[in-house]
Amino acid sequence: MVTDLRAFDPEVLRADFPALEQSVDGRSLVYLDNAATTQKPRAVIEALDHYYESDNANVHRGIHELSRRATEAFEGARSKVAGWINAGDATEVVWTRGTTEAINLVAFAHGLDALGEGDEILLSILEHHSNIVPWQLVASRTGARIRWIEIDDDGEWVLDDLPELVGPRTKIVALNHVSNALGTINPVERVIEHVRAHAPEAIILLDGAQALAHMDIDVQALGVDFYAFSGHKVCGPTGIGALWGRKDRLEAMSPWQGGGEMISVVERDHSTWAAVPHKFEAGTPNIAGAVGMGAAVDYVGRVGKRAILAHERDVVGYAIEALESRFGDRIRIWGPKALERRSGVVPFSLDFAHPHDIATILDSEGVAVRAGHHCAQLVMKRYGVPATARASFYLYNTTEDADRLVSALGTVEKFFG
Amino acid sequence: MADSGHDSGDRTDPKLDSLYQHLILDHYKSPRNRGEVDDPTVEIHMLNPTCGDEIKLTLRVENGRIAEVKHTGQGCSISQAAVSMMSQLLDDRPLDDAGRIAERFTEMMHGDEEAKRDRSMGDLRALAGVSKFPVRVKCALLGFDALQEALKEIGAAT
Repeated sequence: MVTDLRAFDPEVLRADFPALEQSVDGRSLVYLDNAATTQKPRAVIEALDHYYESDNANVHRGIHELSRRATEAFEGARSKVAGWINAGDATEVVWTRGTTEAINLVAFAHGLDALGEGDEILLSILEHHSNIVPWQLVASRTGARIRWIEIDDDGEWVLDDLPELVGPRTKIVALNHVSNALGTINPVERVIEHVRAHAPEAIILLDGAQALAHMDIDVQALGVDFYAFSGHKVCGPTGIGALWGRKDRLEAMSPWQGGGEMISVVERDHSTWAAVPHKFEAGTPNIAGAVGMGAAVDYVGRVGKRAILAHERDVVGYAIEALESRFGDRIRIWGPKALERRSGVVPFSLDFAHPHDIATILDSEGVAVRAGHHCAQLVMKRYGVPATARASFYLYNTTEDADRLVSALGTVEKFFG
Repeated sequence: MADSGHDSGDRTDPKLDSLYQHLILDHYKSPRNRGEVDDPTVEIHMLNPTCGDEIKLTLRVENGRIAEVKHTGQGCSISQAAVSMMSQLLDDRPLDDAGRIAERFTEMMHGDEEAKRDRSMGDLRALAGVSKFPVRVKCALLGFDALQEALKEIGAAT
């Protein structure tokens, strides 16, 4: 366990992640698929173990000791998450399975009621499918229309169109804070300001799945209505995430799933709802997941996101330079050119090999990357490619990892170059 | 170059050498029967949504035989080499044979040793190594999925 993290040392941090200490096909693992999911530090794994070994019980139900402890751990984790994103109050944090469920919650619990024929939802083509498809489902039921912010060749939003895209018909604005496909750190502040000025009725949701792991998030300073995120992309377990929502917004919304926990009184002909956030948490929640996410908040909080982002910039800058100097104009690195506009994501194409062949060969050298459309088919279509390869770096990756990537791509060249 | 992968002195993974054999890379770089058949009996568009690989297969059937078969599309070396090899083998074959070849190839992808040695499978035998890469089996089968669909449509039409 690392105690003093003031001096950021990825080699020391690495030792906290048991999964990184393994070999794949006889070569030490280089894990560069962090945008898909991060590895878990021992502190998170131990929190899950501890919960199941000593505190396991259902929450908010039992009078007994274990239920009391489980409830305390579960609600304690909620408070930690709330503090981490500077929520006004812990009751503004609704536990969900992840970002996808959080966005669906807003789409169905708010969108179905708020949207009507001819109303508009503003998205960007840089969205992950999980911030597109829920809105299509809701638009098709309400007659609302989706409008799109386009992207330029460097993966940046084209905001000159905003005056045309935002107006009194705009009822929902749902945008990613950081792109999973290109790594762009989006200028959300500019859009928020414009929307507030020209579409005062619109609610704004940010998809923070790719932002929370790298940036300090202050939902109040951002001035949005909803912020959605996942635990597993920030060193927490899979199957847990949250929706932060402004209290008045959450209170005005109808429940979207019915069941235990979310009710106050059940009669034969009607029921009344529990207070926010429980109104949106039907059924037994992922208690262990929440506890694990609390541990992840503690861990990543101790490392410090400013240090993480600074380190990622060093490694990403090194990797991009190494890739470009090795492959010249046969490699295309997608996304913003300026390092400060980019997270840890480095998507690339080689003109001599298909992304799947690249990923298979890298895997045989122990280097894990993702190949495919990254749940962002609109981005792939914009650039006229069916797929890309994507290396994504996190706090435990080093320049040696970048060297291993470049060297493994040399093997791709041997077969396909 | 294409053949430096399997005969260079460097230690590359032998599993990888068997996956990316010269013959496979040759079909990938110079696909056989690429294009579209004029006046096709059947035309199938097959997409692997998880990776974006796509194949359009067109066939002309005359007197119960495949008179002409062509393919277009894009994707990884495995999907494109497999459909090229398949088209080579299907040319001027009775329809019954086509179904058998598709079955045999599926067996090969599931690691069936006998199927791997089946000489009637032609160049397709070079793809036997794909069975050791479970996530790539779908790539190899994409063209055959299109063929199975085509055979169903022809069966329904006749």
